[in-house]
Amino acid sequence: MIEIEHLTMRYKKQEANAVDDVSFTVAAGEFFALLGPNGAGKTTTISILTTSLLPTSGSARVAGHDVVGEASKVRQHIGVIFQKPSLDLNLTAEENVRMHAVLYGLYRFRPTFSTMPDAYQRRIHELAELLGIEKDIFKPLKTFSGGMQRKLEIVRSLMHHPKVLFLDEPTAGLDPASRRTLWEHLNVVRQESETTLFLTTHYIEEAEQADHIAIFNQGRIVSLGTPGVLKAELVREFLILDAAAADQASLRGELSGLGLTFDPGFPVKITLNGHSVQQIVKEIDTPLTTVRTESPSLEEAYLEIVNGPQ
Amino acid sequence: MTIDALLAISYRDLLKFLRDPMRLVWSFVFPLLLIGVFGGIMQANLGESIGFNYLAFVFTGVFAYTLFMSASEGVISLIDDRESDFSQELLVSPVSRYTIVLGKIVGESLVALPRGLAILLMGSVLGVPTTPLLLLELFLVGTLGTLLGASFGVMLLGNFNNRRTANQVVPFIMFPQLFLAGVMTPIGVLPWYLEILSRISPMRYAVDLARGIYFGPDAQTGVTVLASPASNLIVMAAMFAGFLVVGTILFVRRERRR
Repeated sequence: MIEIEHLTMRYKKQEANAVDDVSFTVAAGEFFALLGPNGAGKTTTISILTTSLLPTSGSARVAGHDVVGEASKVRQHIGVIFQKPSLDLNLTAEENVRMHAVLYGLYRFRPTFSTMPDAYQRRIHELAELLGIEKDIFKPLKTFSGGMQRKLEIVRSLMHHPKVLFLDEPTAGLDPASRRTLWEHLNVVRQESETTLFLTTHYIEEAEQADHIAIFNQGRIVSLGTPGVLKAELVREFLILDAAAADQASLRGELSGLGLTFDPGFPVKITLNGHSVQQIVKEIDTPLTTVRTESPSLEEAYLEIVNGPQ
Repeated sequence: MTIDALLAISYRDLLKFLRDPMRLVWSFVFPLLLIGVFGGIMQANLGESIGFNYLAFVFTGVFAYTLFMSASEGVISLIDDRESDFSQELLVSPVSRYTIVLGKIVGESLVALPRGLAILLMGSVLGVPTTPLLLLELFLVGTLGTLLGASFGVMLLGNFNNRRTANQVVPFIMFPQLFLAGVMTPIGVLPWYLEILSRISPMRYAVDLARGIYFGPDAQTGVTVLASPASNLIVMAAMFAGFLVVGTILFVRRERRR
């Protein structure tokens, strides 16, 4: 559904590439997350894929069309939720939706709701019911909460049945409760439509729900895979051992003899690298005062990638 | 190009204007100040000694100026839209860029015209001598000035990357035209360097056309009116076409190249 090859973007008067020779593909119906810190190139990538920015080099195809040469065909098949809301707050919710429907050629233009076709009116009522805003659909959008505005944007962006829905940090600026209900809504969307979701985020827990995650840093993909694979790849497990002061030297000696890698100092932190904890403990004769394992979360592993090893 | 998308884009501009009471009020306050206060003071103090009706002179000038400005600035607002607001959505929709620019021109002209209408009423109330036919004629040539202003806005739009640049540059381009186009004072005689600036100022032709219609064939050429309506129309048509073509091409190119 999305194919990116050697995509590179350098903004005018910049010395570094905002996106640097990136290649990946996203299959139809997939939920794909681009995870990375601010300034990693996530929004640049999404801008190129949504045809609002021309790449410096490389190519990208969305829904089978080239984003440079066939921009208007790409636009017909995508929906976009921007970082900043793209709603007109002076208009009512219904007017915002009507604009969208007319721009995407779903209905002819009519100046008022009551002069729009019946099919449209029914659709609006369904939509209002889905969002629980039957009473407010004809009120100006500025009276809506941020979370509700976001949901309306999502509903609006799905009206023309896009093949891919791009979401650029959709929960940025929302409070935790709104974030949660927005995600509940997105999950329903995923289950009910076969739309491919392309999400950028800097929240790990949002990315973890995806089928595939690409971790972006400084314009490059640092890691790409399913959340499980990424975890296995990024998260190393450690065994922590300690002994009484008198025995510490002999513990070190035994560990070296087993060919294990560990940090200097006590307690000893051994990188497991596939060794079994049980096997190691069994081989050690020195009396131990501490035995425990440590496995950093995906978040810690991600922070290490982004900030470099501590 | 779809007519429905064009209508939807322009209708939004009109709705936005009508829903914003402060913008409505402000759009009438400035012309009222210029005509009522400034025009009133000058008329009372200079009176007959200048040989023409100063109130009517300012009235016609401010009328054309307001329509031109309103349309230009409205079209330039497409820049805001690029950074936030609804037009992000507009720019990723399958609607062609040319339709967007045209929709914006039509929409901002629709916004400018009620302002023009209000100024015409204001002028009649303030005692500018008019007839209904004259007001209708002024409204028609005002529409042409509006379209010129909108196309000038497209031209400027194509040259700006973001709102900040636009905010810094637009006043430097717009404000001097208030003087160079002779909105407040006759500009029949100008030093050569101002003459050049005045002649390249598109607003000059819109203002002069409105005056040509108002003062009619008896106008004092070089004082109240600079050139015949016909020659003003020709210059305006040429500028309109030039601005529109160049501006749209620049806008479409710039929009995706950053």
